Amino acid sequence: MKNLFPILTVLAAIVGIWWLAVAPMNIRPALDIVERGGAVVMPEGSVVRRDVNVFKLMLDNQTHVAVGYDLKRPRLPTPKQVGEEFWKTTGAMVAKGRAWSKRSLIFHAWVTLQSTLWGFFLGTTVGIVGAVAIVYSRVMDRSVMPWAIISQTVPIVALAPMIIVVSNQVGIEGRGVPKAIISAYLCFFPVLVSMVKGLRSPSEQQLDLLKTYSASGVQSFLKLRLPASVPYLFTALKIGIAAALVGTIVGELPTGAISGLGARILIGDQFGTPLAIWSALICAAILAGILVTAIDIMQRVTLRKMGFVS
Amino acid sequence: MNDENMTNNTVISAKNLSLTFQTNDGPVHALKDINLEINKGDFVSFIGPSGCGKTTFLRCMADLEQPTAGEITVNGVSAREAREARAYGYVFQHAGLYPWRTIGGNIRLPLEIMGMDRAAQDAAVKDVLDLVHLEGFENKFPWQLSGGMQQRASIARALAFHADILLMDEPFGALDEIVRDHLNEQLLDLWARTNKTIGFVTHSIPEAVYLSTKIVVMSPRPGRITDVIESPLPKERPLDIRDSPEFIEIAHRVRDGLRAGHGDD
Repeated sequence: MKNLFPILTVLAAIVGIWWLAVAPMNIRPALDIVERGGAVVMPEGSVVRRDVNVFKLMLDNQTHVAVGYDLKRPRLPTPKQVGEEFWKTTGAMVAKGRAWSKRSLIFHAWVTLQSTLWGFFLGTTVGIVGAVAIVYSRVMDRSVMPWAIISQTVPIVALAPMIIVVSNQVGIEGRGVPKAIISAYLCFFPVLVSMVKGLRSPSEQQLDLLKTYSASGVQSFLKLRLPASVPYLFTALKIGIAAALVGTIVGELPTGAISGLGARILIGDQFGTPLAIWSALICAAILAGILVTAIDIMQRVTLRKMGFVS
Repeated sequence: MNDENMTNNTVISAKNLSLTFQTNDGPVHALKDINLEINKGDFVSFIGPSGCGKTTFLRCMADLEQPTAGEITVNGVSAREAREARAYGYVFQHAGLYPWRTIGGNIRLPLEIMGMDRAAQDAAVKDVLDLVHLEGFENKFPWQLSGGMQQRASIARALAFHADILLMDEPFGALDEIVRDHLNEQLLDLWARTNKTIGFVTHSIPEAVYLSTKIVVMSPRPGRITDVIESPLPKERPLDIRDSPEFIEIAHRVRDGLRAGHGDD
């Protein structure tokens, strides 16, 4: 709870900057509208104004700046507009008993969440198994690690359509599986890197100690390397779940999906409804916050139980 | 002396033992032509400046380092076989307790690996905690204990599976003088009660003289033994024995041995 105050302070600052930015962002459409309504605007004509700096426009048309805060299709919606739209597509839908309607963000968030969790599960598994292989096999260390790094330099947006096409070719129905794969593609990397580090974290002395007991390889893995890597794992899981969410949303963008937060963002862009884009973004941010917090709580409980002092 | 006579009482025997590390700057002679017999119930200290091979020698006994020439036997078999038979307990410079295990859990670690059943584990843990005066700390985590207590717990861990040999690599090196005196006293007490054979690496002259029945003075480049001193001190040693003329005389001889080995720098 002691974190609440700084978090709220930063949030207030962001909302403040956002609110201030609305004026210059929306001044051009605002002036177009009032000009069409017959008011006097300096300078006259939309085309002429295109060459004039937005701050000069604001200075010359001070009385019309406020119009930018109440546009139907703003370039940058105000926090209030986004808040209203967000409520309309979440809380209000729930109140009407239509939480699972196609127009409800809760439905779309649920679609995205499912793929995110599958991708997270898949990516984490691949990351952990890969790390074990890398730590125990020199060949894997030499061959897999460079490819894992290269894999992350390929833009996921370029890769996503290919994954969709391939999974269609092999007869996988629906978008769930390819989305999870795209999500796992982003998620496995931090887990892999951290787990390699964690499994290698025991000191020479700790390994020598097990040697003096003539412990087997399995014993030293289960009793030393694995528990020693747990703090590293949790740090990676927090990055991994956020990456999995980003992966899922990206997976929904260029693939013609019609449900999920990514699809909402794409549709909002195509139909010129910035409010829909923004409320989907806010929804994604809240979802990410919930997921990371959940893992943070698991981390605290586990590490405290294990006797690690944090 | 012949071999048959020695083996009866000899626990550790090194013959012409050498160990050369190959480094980028050429070979480093960590140990060269080491010959030593350690008898049952001996408390042997290895003392010398850093680089003299005292830790390397101890690690050879424990089969943590492979000699490049010569022979070492522990309990009459090779160091490797002795390690696989869990012939010794090893205490490292740092306690190295697992932070995710309680003190009891740490002591239980070797017992779990050796497949002892749970009831026997509990009994052994209780016994060794008594032995190192850590009764009641079984369920504490390592971070809740002081450095000296952690080191005592690590000694308990080495004692838990009843090996006859205890190998200790500067176990009290990181502790302050007062704690160190205290632990030295307790270690002598423990040695008298358990009748173990102890190999003890140190760079403190008073510690070596106070604890040992046999002091092995070593010198570097190449690592070798320059003097072996059989201590005339009685087995019963109060702390103030360190002011006695005998004690001071042995300390002198150790210091002379160290100085002789240092002649070249």
